Amino acid sequence: MYGLGILKGLGVTLKHFLNTYIDDIRWKGKRYYTPEGLAHRSSKSATGIFTVQYPEEKLPIPEEFRFIPFLVYEEKEDGTKEYRCTSCGICSKVCPPQCIWIIRSTDPNTGRPIPDPAEFTIDADVCMSCGLCAEFCPFDAIKMDHTYELANYNRSRNSIYDKEKLGKPVSYYAQVRPINFAREEAARAEAEAIRAARRSTS
Amino acid sequence: MSYPELALETDLTYMFPEIVTRDTRPGYDGYLVDPSHLIEFATSLRDKIGYDYLTSVTGVDYINDGKMEVVYHIRKSTGGVPLVFKVQLPREEPVVASLVPLFPGAEFQEREAWDLLGIKFTGHPDLRRILMWEGFDGHPLRKDWREGYFEDEGKPFKSRWPEGHFQKSENRNPFGRNVDYPAGFDPEEWVAQPETALYSSLDKMTREEETGIDTEQIIINLGPQHPSTHGVFRMAVKLDGETIVGLKPVMGYLHRNHEKIGERNTYLANFPYTDRLDYFCSMSNNFGYALAIEKLMGVKPPERTEYIRVIMAELTRIVNHVSTIGFLLNDLGAYFTPILYAFEERELILDIFEAVSGSRMMCNYFRFGGVSRDLPEGILDKIKDLVFERLTRKIDELELYLTNNEILRHRSEGVGILTPEQALAFSTTGPLLRASGVPYDLRRADPYSIYDRFEFDVAVRYHGDVYDRYLVRIDEIRQSIRILQQAVKGIPEGPVQEGRPQYQVRVPPGESYGRVEGPKGELGFYVISNGKPNPWRYHVRAPSFINLTPLEQMCIGQKVADVVVILGSIDIVLGETDR
Repeated sequence: MYGLGILKGLGVTLKHFLNTYIDDIRWKGKRYYTPEGLAHRSSKSATGIFTVQYPEEKLPIPEEFRFIPFLVYEEKEDGTKEYRCTSCGICSKVCPPQCIWIIRSTDPNTGRPIPDPAEFTIDADVCMSCGLCAEFCPFDAIKMDHTYELANYNRSRNSIYDKEKLGKPVSYYAQVRPINFAREEAARAEAEAIRAARRSTS
Repeated sequence: MSYPELALETDLTYMFPEIVTRDTRPGYDGYLVDPSHLIEFATSLRDKIGYDYLTSVTGVDYINDGKMEVVYHIRKSTGGVPLVFKVQLPREEPVVASLVPLFPGAEFQEREAWDLLGIKFTGHPDLRRILMWEGFDGHPLRKDWREGYFEDEGKPFKSRWPEGHFQKSENRNPFGRNVDYPAGFDPEEWVAQPETALYSSLDKMTREEETGIDTEQIIINLGPQHPSTHGVFRMAVKLDGETIVGLKPVMGYLHRNHEKIGERNTYLANFPYTDRLDYFCSMSNNFGYALAIEKLMGVKPPERTEYIRVIMAELTRIVNHVSTIGFLLNDLGAYFTPILYAFEERELILDIFEAVSGSRMMCNYFRFGGVSRDLPEGILDKIKDLVFERLTRKIDELELYLTNNEILRHRSEGVGILTPEQALAFSTTGPLLRASGVPYDLRRADPYSIYDRFEFDVAVRYHGDVYDRYLVRIDEIRQSIRILQQAVKGIPEGPVQEGRPQYQVRVPPGESYGRVEGPKGELGFYVISNGKPNPWRYHVRAPSFINLTPLEQMCIGQKVADVVVILGSIDIVLGETDR
């Protein structure tokens, strides 16, 4: 019958349309603005409309999500920050758009380099969030962030990230990437144990 | 590293003495052909030995030897590894015979080689610039050409560390101006001469008047700002009433000279750039590039990685095909309902990509000899849920929704026909080729990775019209689901990286052509290494670009409204077309 294909197609549309309301009733008003509702809408059993009501609700961010790097620092008891970065420069060498600028500190007396960056600048407008810097940092000092709402009104003032703006405490890192953090801490403890054992034997 | 032993019945150097010699440079393969006998050689290759499918034409600038080389990759449509042959030309005046009369598919690629490298092809019907504009000075892929913000021949730049005093790149302009014009070119005075060239190339097409009534032919421009062109793509169309008599695609609006950037980059740093070629399918772009460099380096990824790669590549294919079908329906006038149904599945797959690689679209997941990290916990179950429970059901629903829709069939059946002979001659690849009745799929014709272990069929349809291109994509989604089902069952445990991950890889000198059957067609990376940290040549054989070659052929005789649909059925992404 001519037009049967169209009718069947319209049936699919009608099903999609009705499914949204059926789902609404089934979830008794909890389909939106609740974590469970959101998880349901992005699961294999999702039916009906799947819109996420951004910015009132946001998709949960997986651990590996990456957006603009940050520098990890340890908080000392006296309130000072100890950056893990040793200014070895691997991140700036590996950076594909070359947006990492590092000035290495030198000892004013000897003129020798000190493993601590005097300045660390990232042009967030140039950064392509590829994550290679975090992947190849041997000191776990630079990591990828989870904040993605970075729109601003003045790019030359707000999009150039200096050391101060890039720095975030270890506790923040442990909070956004718990699995990675635990793995790295375990590896660090193991390396420390080996070193201690070697020291005691020698 | 080179291609496997060529299965040639006879060595070509015996068949063509004095014309052909073996390319004996270390790490290189194939044959060097005397430029004055190129046509003769290519004709016999096509007619006597059966190499009927010219996939890639590109050039290489060997500035230190004073040579310019044109590299051809040619295949048999029955399958097998490609044959590589090259002609070497003097760098000052590189002129060679055009292969367009033999292989029309070389048309855009030769124009590109002229545009970017300055190689002249005699006998080319329409040798104009293709990606750059007419007011552009020089040929940017030549090694002595430097960009406006030139800093160094290769990354990493020395200004970044240890004395990295921050400087915005737009404040740094070594030439005092960042645009160069050819001699005698004044942008103030300039009126669109290239447009004249474009339109006069259209004027070559005349239509025999059958009716005897003299009708006026008009030229209209579709694009570059037009939603149906899927980006900034322009078609200058010559119309007789509503019937198309001539069409010239104009592209390059999104050109950023990806290949030059690639030659400045280190090998590893190219990965995130390949993501941005075809931004719908970053996983398969990574795949092709990884294969090319792994071939040079001689590393093989571990077993688990091979499975992960196949899973990601096939998920990408599903993402691409559902979106293509959705966009095609948009072009047909089914405004946004089908595409949103398609996007529902796409979102679920992108969620997986995000959890695995850290980004939904710019995945940057593959590494040389591995992938950047193992699958996170629970992701494999999510993929299983999708491929075993949801996707098949949803594709059935999409088919019920669209396949027998009378309006869709009226608009697409018999529209934009490409015969199998044309499809091969025009070097088309991917669904466009397979919808024309040529069952050519690299995963079967020249298997890479571990595709030879999976059971699947090469989707093929025989009418070569828009409707068959739609159907062939549906078929391919089903085959991808089949591959995925086998892959998620068979994936072993184990490491995901061969050796230690390194940020500076040592790539031995030589050439390599890595290619994958991307969702849009054969995506090839032709890389030449000279042992330095940056590639000497990095060429992308972009399927969306080359698949546009027969666009005019498909559109002539159709109505103007069909152009949009035909373009939609080719499935182009401008990030890849313009590079």
